Amino acid sequence: MSATIETVDLQAVGQAYNDAAKLFQRRIVICGGTGCMANGAMKVSEALRKEAGAQGIELAIELDFEETRTQDGLLTKSGCQGFCQMGPLLSIEPDGIVYCKVRPADVQEIVRETLMDGKTVERLLYKDPATGKICRGHHEIPFYALQQRTVLKSCGSLDPENVREYLGQGGYQGAIRAFTAMEPEAVCKDILDSGLRGRGGGGFPTGRKWEMARIQPGPKKYIVCNGDEGDPGAFMDRAVMEGNPHAVLEGMMIAARAIGADEGYVYVRAEYPLAVARVRRAVKDAEELGILGDDVFGSGMSFRVQVMEGAGAFVCGEETALLASIMGQRGMPMPKPPFPAQSGLHGKPTIINNVETLATIPLIFAQGPAAFRAQGTAASPGTKTFALTGHVSNTGLIEVPFGTTLRHIVFEVGGGVTFKDGTVDPDGFKAVQIGGPSGGCLTKDHLDLPMDFDNLTKIGAMVGSGGLVVMNQGTCMVQVAKFFMQFTQNESCGKCVPCREGTRQMLHLLEEIVEGRGTDETLPLLESLARNVKLGSLCGLGKTAPNPVLSTLTHFRDEYEAHVHRKVCPSRECKALMTPAIDAALCKGCTLCARKCPVDAIQGERKSPHSIDASKCIRCGACVETCKFNAITGA
Amino acid sequence: MSAAQTLTIDGFKVPINGERNLLEVIRKAHIELPTFCYHSELSIYGACRLCMVDLEGRGTVAACSTPPEPGMKIRTQTTAIRELRKVTLELLLASGKHDCPTCTKSGSCKLQSLAQRLGVERVRFNAPLEDKPLDHSSNGLVRDPNKCVLCGDCVRVCQEIQGIGVLDFTQRGSKVVVTPAFDKPMADVECVQCGQCAAVCPTGAITVKQDVDPVHLAINDPAKTVVVQIAPAVRVALGEMFNMGDDTQVMGRTVAALRRLGFDKVYDTAFAADLTIMEEAQEFLTRFGKGEKLPLFTSCCPAWVQLAEQEFSEELPQLSSCRSPQAMFGSFAKATLPAELGIKRENLVVVSVMPCTAKKSEAKRPELGQDGVQDVDIVITTQELGRMIQDAGITLAELEPEGMDMPFGVKTGAGIIFGNSGGVTEAVIRHVAGVMGGENPVIEEIRSDKGLRTAVLELPGAKVRIAVVSGLANARALVEDMRAGRQQYDFVEVMACPGGCSGGAGQPVAMTAAVRQKRTDNLRRLDASMDLRVSKENAFITKAYKDLLVEPNSAEAHHLLHTHYSTRRRITGDGIALTDAGAGRVPVSVCVGTSCYLRGSQKLLKELLHHVEDQDLGEAVEIRATFCMEGCDRGPTVRVAGHVLHRADLDTVKELVEKARKGELEPCEAEQPCH
Repeated sequence: MSATIETVDLQAVGQAYNDAAKLFQRRIVICGGTGCMANGAMKVSEALRKEAGAQGIELAIELDFEETRTQDGLLTKSGCQGFCQMGPLLSIEPDGIVYCKVRPADVQEIVRETLMDGKTVERLLYKDPATGKICRGHHEIPFYALQQRTVLKSCGSLDPENVREYLGQGGYQGAIRAFTAMEPEAVCKDILDSGLRGRGGGGFPTGRKWEMARIQPGPKKYIVCNGDEGDPGAFMDRAVMEGNPHAVLEGMMIAARAIGADEGYVYVRAEYPLAVARVRRAVKDAEELGILGDDVFGSGMSFRVQVMEGAGAFVCGEETALLASIMGQRGMPMPKPPFPAQSGLHGKPTIINNVETLATIPLIFAQGPAAFRAQGTAASPGTKTFALTGHVSNTGLIEVPFGTTLRHIVFEVGGGVTFKDGTVDPDGFKAVQIGGPSGGCLTKDHLDLPMDFDNLTKIGAMVGSGGLVVMNQGTCMVQVAKFFMQFTQNESCGKCVPCREGTRQMLHLLEEIVEGRGTDETLPLLESLARNVKLGSLCGLGKTAPNPVLSTLTHFRDEYEAHVHRKVCPSRECKALMTPAIDAALCKGCTLCARKCPVDAIQGERKSPHSIDASKCIRCGACVETCKFNAITGA
Repeated sequence: MSAAQTLTIDGFKVPINGERNLLEVIRKAHIELPTFCYHSELSIYGACRLCMVDLEGRGTVAACSTPPEPGMKIRTQTTAIRELRKVTLELLLASGKHDCPTCTKSGSCKLQSLAQRLGVERVRFNAPLEDKPLDHSSNGLVRDPNKCVLCGDCVRVCQEIQGIGVLDFTQRGSKVVVTPAFDKPMADVECVQCGQCAAVCPTGAITVKQDVDPVHLAINDPAKTVVVQIAPAVRVALGEMFNMGDDTQVMGRTVAALRRLGFDKVYDTAFAADLTIMEEAQEFLTRFGKGEKLPLFTSCCPAWVQLAEQEFSEELPQLSSCRSPQAMFGSFAKATLPAELGIKRENLVVVSVMPCTAKKSEAKRPELGQDGVQDVDIVITTQELGRMIQDAGITLAELEPEGMDMPFGVKTGAGIIFGNSGGVTEAVIRHVAGVMGGENPVIEEIRSDKGLRTAVLELPGAKVRIAVVSGLANARALVEDMRAGRQQYDFVEVMACPGGCSGGAGQPVAMTAAVRQKRTDNLRRLDASMDLRVSKENAFITKAYKDLLVEPNSAEAHHLLHTHYSTRRRITGDGIALTDAGAGRVPVSVCVGTSCYLRGSQKLLKELLHHVEDQDLGEAVEIRATFCMEGCDRGPTVRVAGHVLHRADLDTVKELVEKARKGELEPCEAEQPCH
């Protein structure tokens, strides 16, 4: 039977890779994620190969399947390893070493010490700032050790541009099973039983979505992978597409089998050129091996995938707008119903799943729905990737089971909150913005809340796509709300009135507040607008746009009131609300501030304390920055 | 049998009878939910969010985009819904320059009336806005983006009903605007000025261009004799602006008002419509007899004529060569009235009152004039005439009806029904049936309100296949059907506006389809009330042929009453300069429009630029990238010194450039291909 032949073939391809890879004494992996690449990872890789070669160590960058002799080393790149802040990252196996912030100048030492003598270059190892402990490999670095990496696991080790390696690790076995040994109902049922919920924001049960499309009459149906990740500070999907594109394709194949689709689209924003290139490469490689195309695995069914670049509109992450964009129309959402699962791309039943959701599917197939369900919480099984950024020691890409507390993420994995200069501030925690411009903020009251879809929704936040921005005590929450409101206002498609006009007016009210022009009417008006924009908007972008305002108003109302009623910014971030004053005890009368002041608001005799004329002061802050004696305070 | 399916609206049970959405059910229940972006003839858009209702179990939903289901419990007046509606309206009022007293739409503006209805007493939002420039470029329409509420009605009516798609959205967030492609002025794009965008616009963002001032100037110029012609459809709509209800004497009172406004003579375009029938019917009979240039497409509608010139060059020979009634009136009046009234031709001013915005453009066509003087000098719409009457303080409803002036005030019922879609066809049928000795049939199908109506007229020894379309998207579909051989007709009437001229964009703003239907019914009633209902029975028409025109389609008639058409480029402009310009350089334009692009124009352009660089021809040629030069199926199209080259390749272009440089290529301005 042709099905078995195809299956055996792919397994053989994978096995051949594994056999050839075993001949190498060392495997050196340089992180090829966007962050490390931007920091010169490829230069490091090149320098390493040259230097090793000069020292008589042959580092291959490709496998030679004809070769049967033992070889020195294999140098490949991986997708994003997650610890972006420490990049470029270089790992050496079987030594179990991870070198951080590697520069081309370091390679000589690495070759001499590690590759030739088997020693460790200690200065390139990660040093835990909290304990001062030097960490040798992944298992010692708290950032990694405290995570549970499943979806991201292969991202850090696998060569994303090598389909054979993916096959060697058991890749596409789930797709083969779905196409050759399962009926669509059974595929849907497995996903339904796994309890998988969409990772793109809403958390809708994936199995139910598939079932909805499965029961629609065919023959034409589509699978769309939503890779239009656009939240500020979020890069989970980018990492998965760059690091393990074949897992995404396999997830799409299983979804295609589940609903009876023969065509798929990967919609990636054009700002992710590396992701676009790697997914394209993956599609090409899969086509060449007959994984994608006609008669998939001898099943008689076909499945083809096209990669579409989005022009970078945030709203195109909304599924109906995304579909409009694929069809060559302006990216604007359409009212639902009809749902895309009923009438989507070109009016045909269409399933749109997020990148991470699709990359999780092969894992569910590999371990079984029950095993997947055992992770995370009962209502939100599995793990979730988050992009951890902001005022936190360890920034980067993390993955933890649902139900993990914020405390664990910020203080354990993240290594604690930092001052603006990056040093750890034990009392610095103020809030975490979760879910980007659609989400809300979590405060110290939520540090021990098990984070899952429902708990977060309950407190007015959302998982969103998974951006976590940690904020320290020096952060003005009104400014945070304003930042996100500016974002949604710019990214609103402008179709429906509440979102287009409401966000514009909300932004204006926030500007009035931070500029010190708020009145007794401002906050009630802001709240009324927020409520009505949420109620009246057409799509998810507008419905969630007021969340940052509403949640900061709930948790930090006193800060808003201080701005409006007392014209004070408690975090001293709003320049317009600064009223600089000179501490006479500290002032030496150096006259520097008086000379720097652009409006001549500072008077005083030389060598005697100066003073500021508040009526002239424009609160530019120049004097505060100039004073060498810290005699001028902002508020 | 199960009980009737019902749902509950504000506690009252309402049956569901195939309504497509909750909004239709709610309106059936006599609750007029406010909307900006909902039109039953257009696709569901769901953007204005004014029809939001509370649906038990599902929260707040837009009624326009929610299909009704039995058992639904809907509330339309909850506190939250009322607040949402008011805040939404307030946001719209804060979203532009809505300065009602100086807006031409004041009084028929939806935003204005809703603000009053919902009791918006204060606009609390005041984020500053930047002023956007107005677009006055079009002959018939004015676009004021500052008043646009972005409901998209214009975008959809142009795309869905007219099949043209001149307008669309661009930009994001609060910067979104509705504008023609590349932000070009309306006059430079493929707009045919049917004005349906203005007709559906709920605010003053797209309005009819006002040409009232030159009329007053002419009237007040003692040297001028000002005559006015009134189109058939005007008489059934003007009364709407004066709450004249079922008054059957609107026309007579309007004549009295026009005299009081200072017009010297008041005539009827329906007279010229009778003339049109004489010419067009004869033209049809000749072509039908020879079996050539069929079907005959009517040419009364200037928007249709412009569309045909822009897009249907293959069908252009099939268009009737007859001028429209407005134009026939103009040329005939300018030819005969000076003698009759004892005035100089240059002192005769012909004003038209039309239901139509495209007529303003038609009157400016250079071929419809003589010695630099247009046959029709000024065109105003029904709306503008209404405003002139209001401005003068004339209480129209109270005037004693008066008759029109001779000779052009005399018409038959056939001339009057020109104002309806199907009317020209009916008038032609009456004439043709008479000539060919048949009965005078009323074909009910022709009178239906469908966008496309077809019928076969049985005549002794002949069957005439007839189609009547209104809405240019329907016209396009019909032309495509005929091209593909799916349908064949002998006579095709095309009107751009749904329902014909009575639904024209120059008419008073009609909020509902029922208003349009009433106009149609009234035109038919007027026709039925006439003693004479066949054009050739008009005694003054007979006289016109005796005195001047000899017989239908004579050389004299052709000179005065017929015209010609030419293909028109839809997108104008000079294109994008890719090399430096300079005197004496050979101009080379390469089309980079979609069709030419697909046929390799981009590659050709690159090669050409390389060639210029390699050969150091920078001083000798000037290369531009342009958009459509027509003939899309024969691309890539290149123009070298005015010579249009289809299926161009590098060698041919190089050859032509060389010839042009040596002066062996005479500059040629024709748009037609030279090679």
